[in-house]
Amino acid sequence: MNNICGLSAYQLKELIGKNNIKAVDIASSIVRRHDEVDGRISGFVNFDKDAVIDRALCLDNLADMHDRGLALFKVPVVLKDNICVNGELTTCASGILQGFRPPYDATVAARLKSAGALLLGKSNMDEFAFGSSCETSYYGPTKNPYDLQRIPGGSSGGSAALVASDQTMLALGSDTGGSIRQPAALCGVVGLKPTYGRVSRYGLIAFGSSLDQPGPITKDVRDCAILLNVIAGHDKLDSTSADVPVPDYVQSLSGGVKGMRIGLPKEYFTQGLDSGIKVKIDAAISVYKSLGAIFKQISLPHTEYAVSVYYIIGCSEASSNLARFDGMQYGYRYQSPDGRCGLIEMCMRTRGKALGLEAKRRIILGTYSLSSGYYDAYYLKACKVRALIKSDFDKAFNECDMILTPTTPTPAFKIGEKIKDPLSMYLSDIFTIPSNLAGIPAISLPCGYSENGLPIGMQLMAGHFEEEKLLRAAYSYEQNASWNKVKPVL
Amino acid sequence: MKIKRGDIKYVARLARIHLTGEEEELFSAQLNDVFSYMDKLQENDTVGVEPCVHIPSSSNVLRDDVPGQSLSSERALANAPEQSVGFFKVPKIIESNE
Repeated sequence: MNNICGLSAYQLKELIGKNNIKAVDIASSIVRRHDEVDGRISGFVNFDKDAVIDRALCLDNLADMHDRGLALFKVPVVLKDNICVNGELTTCASGILQGFRPPYDATVAARLKSAGALLLGKSNMDEFAFGSSCETSYYGPTKNPYDLQRIPGGSSGGSAALVASDQTMLALGSDTGGSIRQPAALCGVVGLKPTYGRVSRYGLIAFGSSLDQPGPITKDVRDCAILLNVIAGHDKLDSTSADVPVPDYVQSLSGGVKGMRIGLPKEYFTQGLDSGIKVKIDAAISVYKSLGAIFKQISLPHTEYAVSVYYIIGCSEASSNLARFDGMQYGYRYQSPDGRCGLIEMCMRTRGKALGLEAKRRIILGTYSLSSGYYDAYYLKACKVRALIKSDFDKAFNECDMILTPTTPTPAFKIGEKIKDPLSMYLSDIFTIPSNLAGIPAISLPCGYSENGLPIGMQLMAGHFEEEKLLRAAYSYEQNASWNKVKPVL
Repeated sequence: MKIKRGDIKYVARLARIHLTGEEEELFSAQLNDVFSYMDKLQENDTVGVEPCVHIPSSSNVLRDDVPGQSLSSERALANAPEQSVGFFKVPKIIESNE
């Protein structure tokens, strides 16, 4: 039983099929693994051992009734702390939501429950998903399982670190500007940002409503397809969710990349790209060539503006979305010593005290961009340049089937290295942001390790609702490269 | 353009966030950096470009106007910092200095 935790979700499902392993035994293995390693990694913000065992016992009682056909029956899953689960602490790793227990399930959580998954708990993240390193979390940073001095990436850093350290088979993250793919890359696992509208955002606590998408973080590409099958699809509760048929993503894995045209955007291979990453991306390109893919130089001319567009639009939307945290309906409320403070003073003190520095910075940035006199120069201008970025992709996909780039410009940086310099932190998302602005799907998968053993990720992007293409190409590569078999030494 | 500490104070008031003097100093310096980087955006000629505010092109999504299930007031209030007789309770709304 000891090595259960090392299995992928697919392997665990096979084993359950063969030996009918009890959910409670799986849960016990997970609890042991958690006790062994999470003290050093801090991937969880909420892990209640007794509750996990209880949920597993419930699944075992269900087993006789209808265990056949449930896609994730007994499979452990972790949810990022910004995804609502009925009655479970959900805090967005923020001081302002301490103690908050949502009275409903996010659609993705409800779908996991219906699929029979074993929900483990909540993973650490940057506060309200504002960050690329997990350092802005109220609970303190998660550590990279490959080097405990380094960040796991963010904002879904907890989910990525937990998958990488075998504390769960599957995890959900959310991606507004790279928050699934960047931590997946830096922790050596697979992360997929679906097409905007592919997965319901209902119950995902909003950051940038026109950019956010929940998605899978997994040990390999097959698991990514398995999890996407469960969470994808139309939802009446999210008016931006797309009523587009959901294919069987596991079926789409086979088929290879022969004849597939892959674009290499010159703007992603310039200064600032770490030379070690360049070497690994070149090696991945060679693998694809040997599998019959055809490469093409392309251009996405507005790439250099993507970070600016993203921070203006993302912060503007965030400043509006976070207005709801005002000390009235949930979470922390400031109490004045004399008990005589009025409503507005209470609201301002509540937000001033319980929101972290980065959250306040982004709300101020967003409010400024939207304020009278600056709206045209910033918010509106950003929306127009966003249209240009989107049309860059539309044009590119006339010439190629998908686009290959590095996921990040550097491997994981040290804890503390960028936290004092917001602009340098913002620029670390430079390769992942454009796909959120265009609403297209993108996947990150491991493509090697740096000289000092840090994971390196490659990103594939395709047109709207072409997740099948991404998964097929990613799976072909993984079958040949097998980086998914590498594990951190803990 | 230079963002002054007074601008930060003003915007923080709009955003209903109380900032310390230190935070006002820090943010005006940092946002100057960030916005001068963002000024690059002005290089783009966007005459005649339709702003992209949202990705899906679909029109409004409507549902039938029929009553459905909703949360009980007890559950809706369960997270409230303060409540009274089935309502969220908030401090005095009318302030003399507002």
